[in-house]
Amino acid sequence: MDYVQTTPAEAAEMLKVIGVPDLEALFKAIPPAVRLRGKLNVPPGLSEQAVLDLMSGHARRNTPVSEFDSFLGAGKYFGYIPSVVDALASQSEFFTAYTPYQAEASQGNLQATFEYQTMICELTGLQASNASHYDGGTALAEAIGMSIEHTDRKRVLISAGVHPASIRVARSFFRERDYELVEVPLEGGRTASLEKLIDDRTACIAVQQPNFLGYLEDLDAVSAAARRAGALSVAAVEPISLGMLKPPGQAGFDIAVGDGQPLGVDMMYGGPTFGFMACRMELIRRLPGRIVGETKDHDGKRGFVLTLQAREQHIRREKATSNICTNQALMAHCAAIYLSALGKQGLPKVANLCLQKAHYLGDRLREVAGLKPAFDAPYFREFPVKLTRKPADVISKLLSKKILAGADLGRFRPEWKDLLLVSASELTRKEQIDRFATELNEALR
Amino acid sequence: MNLVFETSRPGRRGVQAPDLDVPERDPRKLLPPSSLREDPAELPEIGELDLVRHYTALAHRNMSVDANFYPLGSCTMKYNPKVHERVARFPGLAVLHPMQPDSTAQGMLAMIRELESLLAEIGGMDACSVQPASGAQGELTGLLMIRAFHRDRGQPGRDEVIIPDSAHGTNPATCTMVGLKAVEVATNKRGCVDLEALRKSVGSKTAGMMITNPNTLGIFEENIDKVAEIVHAAGGLMYMDGANMNALMGIARPGDFGMDVMHYNLHKTFTIPHGGGGPGAGGVAVKKILEPFLPVPRVIEKGGSLAWSEEFPKSVGKITSYYGNVNNLVRGYTYIRTLGRGGLRRVSENAVLNANYLLARLKREFPVAYPRYCMHEFVLSGKNLAKETHVRTLDVAKRLIDYGYHPPTIYFPLIVPEALMIEPTETESRETLDAFADTMIKIKQEAQENPKLVQEAPHTTPVKRLDERTAALQPKVRWTRPA
Repeated sequence: MDYVQTTPAEAAEMLKVIGVPDLEALFKAIPPAVRLRGKLNVPPGLSEQAVLDLMSGHARRNTPVSEFDSFLGAGKYFGYIPSVVDALASQSEFFTAYTPYQAEASQGNLQATFEYQTMICELTGLQASNASHYDGGTALAEAIGMSIEHTDRKRVLISAGVHPASIRVARSFFRERDYELVEVPLEGGRTASLEKLIDDRTACIAVQQPNFLGYLEDLDAVSAAARRAGALSVAAVEPISLGMLKPPGQAGFDIAVGDGQPLGVDMMYGGPTFGFMACRMELIRRLPGRIVGETKDHDGKRGFVLTLQAREQHIRREKATSNICTNQALMAHCAAIYLSALGKQGLPKVANLCLQKAHYLGDRLREVAGLKPAFDAPYFREFPVKLTRKPADVISKLLSKKILAGADLGRFRPEWKDLLLVSASELTRKEQIDRFATELNEALR
Repeated sequence: MNLVFETSRPGRRGVQAPDLDVPERDPRKLLPPSSLREDPAELPEIGELDLVRHYTALAHRNMSVDANFYPLGSCTMKYNPKVHERVARFPGLAVLHPMQPDSTAQGMLAMIRELESLLAEIGGMDACSVQPASGAQGELTGLLMIRAFHRDRGQPGRDEVIIPDSAHGTNPATCTMVGLKAVEVATNKRGCVDLEALRKSVGSKTAGMMITNPNTLGIFEENIDKVAEIVHAAGGLMYMDGANMNALMGIARPGDFGMDVMHYNLHKTFTIPHGGGGPGAGGVAVKKILEPFLPVPRVIEKGGSLAWSEEFPKSVGKITSYYGNVNNLVRGYTYIRTLGRGGLRRVSENAVLNANYLLARLKREFPVAYPRYCMHEFVLSGKNLAKETHVRTLDVAKRLIDYGYHPPTIYFPLIVPEALMIEPTETESRETLDAFADTMIKIKQEAQENPKLVQEAPHTTPVKRLDERTAALQPKVRWTRPA
C-alpha cells in the first residue's frame, strides 16, 4: 500500500491542466540511457496488517532490556521514563513539524527549545546552549573543533577516561585535519596528571565526568591546568549525575557536552538520542548548530527565533566550521519534559537513587562474590570489577539466567581485558542486585 | 504565554521518584564533597496537569504536517504514517541497549542489514551504511571516504571538490570539515551544470564533485552522464546529495547515472517525522570501489548468525557513537516494506505529478526561475512582485501563515532572486494543491491592492513579525529569574 490520495481520474485531469499527454512526458529530462529498465529488486508492498506482522517478527528476535535484570550501562542507561514524556513529545504538532525557519508559525517549538536551552545551562552551570547535537560523541568532537578554532592551536588532550566511542568519533571527524589528538592515560582509574602533557600548543583538554569507568575526576584541577596553559577545558558529563555533582561551569570549564539519553529517552539500540552542548557566553559565536533566542514582535510582545544564524552552513557555506543543520530536536523536547516532570527536587532524588544502588551493588559484589571495584576511587553509578575469568564468558553465562552482567571492557582497550563494568539505575531493584551477586559468584567458581 | 519556569511554584511536584529500597548512605561519605553541587539546578517545579497544559499550549502554537500543508522545498514534508509510530514503540525495537549481546538483537541486525541492501538497490549502489545520523553526516562520511580512496591510491593531493552554485550550504561546509576546497561551478540557462565551466574546473587536484540530482531548482541534470564522465576522466569521484530522491525512486538510480557515493535523507524520502528539526537519519550508499571505506561497525554473518564487525581496516571509522538513529531506521524500513517496489515508484510519479500540477497553476502568476517541467519541486521568483509592489517573498511567506499554510523554503537556492521553493510531495490531494494555488494568487492580488496588509503579515499568529536583528545583536538564549 501507499499514501498517495490522487485517484487515476484525478491524475488524468491534472495531466490535462499541466498540458502533457501522460506522466512519461514529465520525466523526459531524464536521458533514456540512465533510466531504470525493469523494476527495483524490492519486495512487493504490504498491507498495514502484514507490515505489523513483519515488524513484530523482527521485534520478537530481539530481547528488550526490560526482560533482563540489567547491569549494563557504559554510557546508555535503562532509566525510568515518566508517561508524560512520550505523551507530550509525540503530540503531532511537534512531531510532524520541521526546523522553525518561520518563527511566527513555530512559537511552540521555539519556546520549548528556549526552555530546553535554559535547563541545559542550569545543569551544566554555563551560559549558552545550542538546540542539540546528534549524540554525546559528535557533540564532543564539535566541542574539540570549537576549541581549535578559538585558540588557533592544533593539539588536543583527551583523557583515556572519555567514552571510547566518543574518542573514535572525534578521530573520524578530524582524520583529514592536521590536528594532534593525544590521549592522557588513566592512573588508578582516573586521568593522570596533565602537567607533563599540557603546553602552550594545547587547544583543549577533554575529560569525562564521571569517566567511562564510572569514577569521578578532579574537575577543578583539570580546568586550572587548562587555564594556566591558555587552553580551553571540555567536560563530557552524564546528565543525571548533574542532579548531584558539581556543574562543569562551576568547576571552571569552558564547554560541557554529553549524551542526553538518560533524560527520558529510550535507549533505542543507540539512537536517536541527543547530544547537549553548552559553553561560556564568550564562546557562543563558535557554538555549532541551531540556537534559539528571545526577542520581541512588532507590538513588543515576547517571542522566540532561531538566532546567530550567521554561524551556520546555509549562510557561511565553506566558511562554516560545522555542517550540522537537522539535529535531534524532538529528543531535546523529551529531555525538557523529563526535567520539568521530575523538577528541581526530583532530579537530585533520581541521582541519589543511582548513587545508592550502585554502592549497594558494590557492597553485595564484595560480600557475596568477593569482588572489589578495580580501582579505589569514588564512583557515581557504575564501576569496573576485575574478574578471574574472561568477562565475555561470564556475560554469556549470566545471559542464560536472564541477567545482562555489564560491559566487557576488553572490547575497548587491551589493558582492560579482565574488567567488567557494572552499572545501576533508579530502576535497579534490591532483589535484582542480590540475585546478580549470587549468580556472578556462581559463574566465577 | 508563560515559560515553564514562570509557571513554576516552590515545592510543587510532578512525577515522583520511588523510595530507596537499599540502605541509604551519606553521599558526602561516598563522594568527595568538593565534587558535589552546592545548589540544586533551577529546574521547574510544576504539577503534572499544568505541565501537560503547558506543552499542549505550545503544541497549539506550531504548524505541522498533520495540521497544515507544508510545502517546504527540499525538505519533503510528506505524511508520516501512524503505523510507523506504533512499530517504533515495540519494546523489542525500542528498549534495546546498543551493547547488549548480538545474540539478543538478531532481529535488529537483520533489519539493519536488509535496510542497507534495500537502500543500495534503490540507489543502484553496491553497499550502504545507515550509521550517519543525518544527511549532513552522510556528506561528511562520503567525503571522508573519497579522501581515503585517493589516499589509498597514492593521490593524497586531490583536495578540490566541485560544487554547483545551486548546492545546499552543507556541501561546501562539509568540504571544509574534511580539509577539501570547494570549487564552485556555474548553472547554465537551462538550470543545469554548465559543461564548459565544468571542463575548465576539473584537473589533477579534483577529488570529486558533489551534485544534487534533481538539483535544488527541481530539475534533473539532463547531462548527468556527461558530467560524471568529465569528472571520472579527471580522476575524481561523483558524490550525490540524495536530498531529492523522492523524485527518482524506481525511475532512475544514481548508481546507473555515474554516481559513486550518495547519501539519503531518510527523514525526507522515507518519511520519518521531522520532529521539529530532527532527529533524521542519513544512509550513505557506495559503489564497490568505496565499500572498504564505509564506517564501522558493519553487520556480517558469522557462524549462521549476524554480528557487528569492526574488521574493516580501511574504514573511515565511527561517525556516530553506535549505529545511527536506529529507531528512525525502523520507521524508514517499515515504509519501504509497506510501499514495496510498486509503491516506491508511485511515490515518485505522484511527487512529480503534484509538483507539475502546482507549477502549472502558478506559472502565469509568478515567474518560474527555469521555465520547464520540474521534478518533485520547483522554484518561483518573487522579483517582479517585489519590483511592482514592494511586497517581498518574505512578506508573501508570512501572509501564507495567515491562511493556514506553512510557507515554502524562501531565498534558496541563492541563484534565484526572491526565491520561493515549493515541494508539495505525493501525499497531498488535488484539492489541497488547488486551495494553495488560489491562496498564492489571492496574496498576489492583495499585494497589488493593499501591500501593507501583506507586508505586515502575519496577523493571526500568537506573535507578529519578530525582530531577528536584535535577537542576534544581543543574544538572550536562556531564561533568567528577574532580579
